Amino acid sequence: MSELLNDPETQRLQYQTAESQQELRGSSKEIVMTGAPWPDDDLGDTMIINMGPQHPSTHGVLRIMMELDSEEVVRAKAVIGYLHTGMEKTGEELTFVQGCTNVTRMDYASPLSNELVYCLAAEQLLSLEIPERATWIRMMLVELNRITSHLLFQATNGMDLGAVSMMLYGWREREEALRLLEIITGLRMNHNFIRVGGVAADLPDNWQAETLATLDKVAVGVDSYDTLLSGNPIWRERTVGVGTITTEECLAHSITGPVLRSTGFAWDLRKAQPYLAYEDIDFDIIYTDNGDVFDRYQIRLEEIRESIKIVKQCVAKMPKGDYRSQDRKVTPPPRARIDESMEALIHHFKLFTEGFKVPAGETYAQVESPRGEIGCYMVSDGGAKPVRMHIRGPSFYNLQAMGPMVKNALVADAVAIVSSIDPIMGEVDR
Amino acid sequence: MNVLFGAAKALFADGDLLTSSVVVIIKVLVAFVLLLVGVMLYIWGMRKWIADMQNRVGPAKAGPFGILQTLADGIKLFFKEQTIPSSAHRGVFRLAPYLSIMPAFLMFCVVPIGGEVTILGRTTSLQVVDLPFGAMFVLACSGIGVYGVMLAGWSSGSKYPLLGSVRASAQLLSYEAAFGLGILGALIHTGTLSTREIASLQAWENWRSFYEGWNLVPAFGAFFIFIIAALAETNHPPFDLVEAEQELVGGFITEYSGIRFAIFFLAEFMNVITMCAIATTLFLGGPSGPSLGFIDADNFINVWLMPIFWFMIKTIALTYGTVWLRAATPRMRYDKLMAFCWKYLIEAAILWIMFEIALELAKKNGWNRYTTVGLAATACLVLYGVLMLCVPKPGETVEEFR
Repeated sequence: MSELLNDPETQRLQYQTAESQQELRGSSKEIVMTGAPWPDDDLGDTMIINMGPQHPSTHGVLRIMMELDSEEVVRAKAVIGYLHTGMEKTGEELTFVQGCTNVTRMDYASPLSNELVYCLAAEQLLSLEIPERATWIRMMLVELNRITSHLLFQATNGMDLGAVSMMLYGWREREEALRLLEIITGLRMNHNFIRVGGVAADLPDNWQAETLATLDKVAVGVDSYDTLLSGNPIWRERTVGVGTITTEECLAHSITGPVLRSTGFAWDLRKAQPYLAYEDIDFDIIYTDNGDVFDRYQIRLEEIRESIKIVKQCVAKMPKGDYRSQDRKVTPPPRARIDESMEALIHHFKLFTEGFKVPAGETYAQVESPRGEIGCYMVSDGGAKPVRMHIRGPSFYNLQAMGPMVKNALVADAVAIVSSIDPIMGEVDR
Repeated sequence: MNVLFGAAKALFADGDLLTSSVVVIIKVLVAFVLLLVGVMLYIWGMRKWIADMQNRVGPAKAGPFGILQTLADGIKLFFKEQTIPSSAHRGVFRLAPYLSIMPAFLMFCVVPIGGEVTILGRTTSLQVVDLPFGAMFVLACSGIGVYGVMLAGWSSGSKYPLLGSVRASAQLLSYEAAFGLGILGALIHTGTLSTREIASLQAWENWRSFYEGWNLVPAFGAFFIFIIAALAETNHPPFDLVEAEQELVGGFITEYSGIRFAIFFLAEFMNVITMCAIATTLFLGGPSGPSLGFIDADNFINVWLMPIFWFMIKTIALTYGTVWLRAATPRMRYDKLMAFCWKYLIEAAILWIMFEIALELAKKNGWNRYTTVGLAATACLVLYGVLMLCVPKPGETVEEFR
């Protein structure tokens, strides 16, 4: 009995007020449930307001704690974790074959980048050669995904600034692009199409015509957004000079992607550390100098055009050959072989039950996702599952830019700023 | 008291009391129903138009072409639970929706929607009441409308509505000034405050009436100022900061639910219709327009239907314009909105009024029209330049008085 009383948990319970006697007391200060308190608690004439986790413009379940002096934001803090699903931990319980279904759900606006970075990391550990066609298919899909992701940004960014028509126009083109992805991968999102060793299937019949037709539609749509918004005086008033950030601040917060490029720092992993076959492709890095909301809008608009250019080159230059590695330890045998070959059946069974073994070691792979550098740190102990899988989610880092950007901005600006960072909460919380 | 007597006289103008009362009651009922049905159709039309602009179908399930959608929404809201936050000021919270919808109804009373007609043997114009101070009444009603919005936000006892109501009181009061100056632009030409007389002074004689009779061409500057101010007064996009969904969740109506929410919703769209109707009356000649030449001038169609038809056409055209704006523009920012009003709109309105007065004087005294226009325009430009010098530039610090 005495042992039980010495147990710290029991002691804690003894000091607690009984549940029936608990009451909520008001205080002169604002009571706010937060992840952590403000550094100093003296509020004075200001008011703390919570934007989110349920709010029309916080892109899911982001919660922003703002201290307001009338309409002016004195300081703001992002409170995250409302969408935490433990995907990194889950990744340790899944074999390398199953892993893609897990990571694809993190950044749900650009799932293919997640799959790509996971597979690149696993392939680095395996020292696996990927057929050329698989590389090009991957590149094309990732760029198509960049288009849909940036179209999503255009839509939500327009909506956040009150241009409701823009939202529907953005989704009109995004729907076309998603339809194309569905034709190629079978799903509109969470494709699980890029697998370790290649891609899940070859490109379907008539894919060139479908792709080019979709690209034309998207290009027309992008031109119309440009016409609708870029010169609009209200739009410029809302975005130009709002939420500025400098290159130094970006680097200090390790911010990547369009937010970094908007400050005049032309950092794009596709050029800086080329992966896949980006060296064989002719495209430009889009960057601007002002680092404000308008620049980030424009960068993403232009990047859609660049991606269209890249996909068109992919269509023209798509090499022939295998769409996945022929290493039978990694790649499942073709369906037809299972009926006639005992070996194939065994391989198929082993692959989908215990997976393939990956040599021990650790590695880091990184690609340029629509939001910035997405990285995958992977440790293997020689088994079929990674011992540790960590994803560097660009949204998580980019969200830190909100603090310096919203200082002394208005509430309406804060909405525009958060929107211009384009955070995907699935990736922030993982 | 004189004001009240004037209003009573206008209501029960000569004749026996019974007939007058019956006519007034009929007119009130018709106006009430007309406005409600009008709002219902406007909301449906707006959703259909905006859906068309945004490549959507819009409401399509309730009734033919979804025309009963608003009715269905209203019935749903009527039967929903109404919540009042525990921190709310309950009395004011309950009162606010009515403060918001009453002015919207009252304002419509002075709008003549047709010409002179005979009901029960009495000649009367097709409006609920012809106040001798109709234009002032419009201003007063739009001023009272601020209270509904402001008190709704304040009494909710919640933060987002409070921000919304602070925005509302500043925005609506500021644009009230520009709104009044816009109305003044029309009054300079008509010289009367009675809406019936304003409409009849713009009566249709021939095609020249379009630019000589109507106030649109001689007072086009005032027309634009009136339209901008009216949009801001009715919280219409791009000036819908009061309920900016993406910033303030729902603004002053965040905490409202059920029928109280519906009343605010109704009041907002009613205000848009009323403002369009008033703009039609003041600037577009109200019910004036060509009548059917091949039918007798005293015919029922020419006396009753054609003026109503023209009034409706003009009002619908204006409401279509508001829907177009709603679809095309992003939302303005609060500080820019206030700056736009105080730095540009009101100054432009004052200068335009002076310009118009000069023209009106020139017409009355027979001065040379072109010299007057030239001189007045130059004077206005010089004044505008002086005023613009006083406006601080962005980034320039202004000494604050405390």
